[in-house]
Amino acid sequence: MLPRHRVIGLGIMLLLLLVAPPFLSSFLLTLLTQALIYGILAMSLDLILGYTGLASLGHAAYLGLGAYSVGVLTTRHGANFWVTLAVGLLLAAVVAAVFGLVALRATGVYFLMITLALGMVIWGLAHRWVSMTQGDIGISGVPRPDLGLPWSLAKGIPFYYFSLAGFLLALWVLWVVVRSPFGQSLVGIRESESRMRTLGYHVWLHKYIGFIIAGTVGGFSGVLWGYYNGFVSPADVELATSVEILLMVALGGRATLLGPALGAGVIVLLKNLVSVYTHRWLLILGAVYIGTIVYAPEGIVGAVRQFAKGVKPEPLRSKA
Amino acid sequence: MEFWITQTFNGVSYGALLFLLAGGLSIIFGMMRIVNMTHGSYYLLGGYVGLTVIWKTGNFVLAILAGALTIALVGLGEYNAFLRRLGGQELGQVLTTMGFALIFQDLGLVIWGGDPYTIPAPAALSGSYQIGELFFPVYRVFIVAVAAAVAVILWVVLEQTRVGAMIRATVDDAEMARGVGINVPLISMGVFALGAFLAAVGGVVAGGFVGVYPGADFEILPYAFVVVIVGGMGSLKGAVIGSLMVGLLDNFGKAFFPELSYFTLFAPMAAILAIRPTGLFGRA
Repeated sequence: MLPRHRVIGLGIMLLLLLVAPPFLSSFLLTLLTQALIYGILAMSLDLILGYTGLASLGHAAYLGLGAYSVGVLTTRHGANFWVTLAVGLLLAAVVAAVFGLVALRATGVYFLMITLALGMVIWGLAHRWVSMTQGDIGISGVPRPDLGLPWSLAKGIPFYYFSLAGFLLALWVLWVVVRSPFGQSLVGIRESESRMRTLGYHVWLHKYIGFIIAGTVGGFSGVLWGYYNGFVSPADVELATSVEILLMVALGGRATLLGPALGAGVIVLLKNLVSVYTHRWLLILGAVYIGTIVYAPEGIVGAVRQFAKGVKPEPLRSKA
Repeated sequence: MEFWITQTFNGVSYGALLFLLAGGLSIIFGMMRIVNMTHGSYYLLGGYVGLTVIWKTGNFVLAILAGALTIALVGLGEYNAFLRRLGGQELGQVLTTMGFALIFQDLGLVIWGGDPYTIPAPAALSGSYQIGELFFPVYRVFIVAVAAAVAVILWVVLEQTRVGAMIRATVDDAEMARGVGINVPLISMGVFALGAFLAAVGGVVAGGFVGVYPGADFEILPYAFVVVIVGGMGSLKGAVIGSLMVGLLDNFGKAFFPELSYFTLFAPMAAILAIRPTGLFGRA
């Protein structure tokens, strides 16, 4: 099990997330909700990027699949939450299963490039398949889900707790996966694929299953995102979004699950708060990208761990 | 018939523009394995610099040269200060170059504003050639000619000169190349600058064709990537054929299936990669 100081730390964090809402302005509350949903997405990418060592440049596709499922089904068919959830998860899983077949034939830079092209397939559909997705106009007017609870999810605070529940569920699922023998073998593949193969593991199948789980959880975040935003557009699936998810994982710290969630929180807050004060927020976001790689290549969690151990962070690795 | 000829011509001329970006990008990939998200920014900034030079001097050739040289220097600076040290770290490269892309995007907005511009083409390049019933804009023919000239020059340099042999050796096996005394860091730097140079040439030339506007960087970047992965990283032949394929698929896709046009572009690409993960002419 986890060491005691980490259990206490996580408990305090959870407690803060539980009691904070009444004390926050509605603006901050929506940002925190957004951070939780993006946190799910970043954690799902962490499963393949951090634990398996596969950098996907098309992960926004799964956010889009979930969100478009919600957008299309609620506005056009009046579908309820459980139907959209089932369709969103299934769609994300099926697409991940197909994309995985193509992408996992490659590794390294090739994997990155192929996932980029596959992500663009989804973007292209969102952008041009107007009769289904309404193209660049996007789908607006998505209602908040009605779960028959005594609290209406149209309000900020109930929806926050709803998202928090979704976040904790996703965290629990991914935590079980990475702690399982299956998750351990993913780490083994990251460290040495050839050794795992020699040991008799079916490397490809492990990666494939990991890829599908990541896509499905990504789709789950998309379903929440569709309901949260009330609006779905091609911007949700564009290349820049995919890169941003990579940044969230790298900024928080790879292979730590909660690190990427933290990274997602930092980026969401930064993007929204900085843009209140200055028009130059792209400049600042760009600097965050570069600064992360130069100063915190192991992310926030990595930096904190090194600080706790009293080790100086290693400067940018020079490879002449 | 007219439809086919016109659409093919349009596809080829867009492919020619793509080749200017993808040719350099492909050699950079093949040699340094750098995933450069800034390549689209070189294209856009090149166009902007060219625009300013046109405004000040009215000289089109000068605009191309000034744009290309300025961006080559920018690329060189970025490579030397950051990318050189990130060899083999794909995630680090993607995020660093994405950071630069965002910064350049914002600088473009600060300096040139948010309005779209067209770079005025010189009189010699305006108008159309008429063959029978068909019209071929001179400017598009010019783009094809520029791309063809660049392709031939690159081919001659790569295949027939000593420097080209060094580049090919580095693409094949950087470690061995270093072992036989090739100055790999210098060659890599030169190739990176060349890639930025060509992208900027593409940007200025495109300024008279599709225009210069915010967002053009991320619009063309995925296309250039797709050309490179389909053609095969590091292969000039692959970049030529990939550019033509993407240009044509994009054009005919938009003409026949407007609703699925990007799908008809990216899905066949993905299918090719499913069969040959290293692209048509790439080596693992």
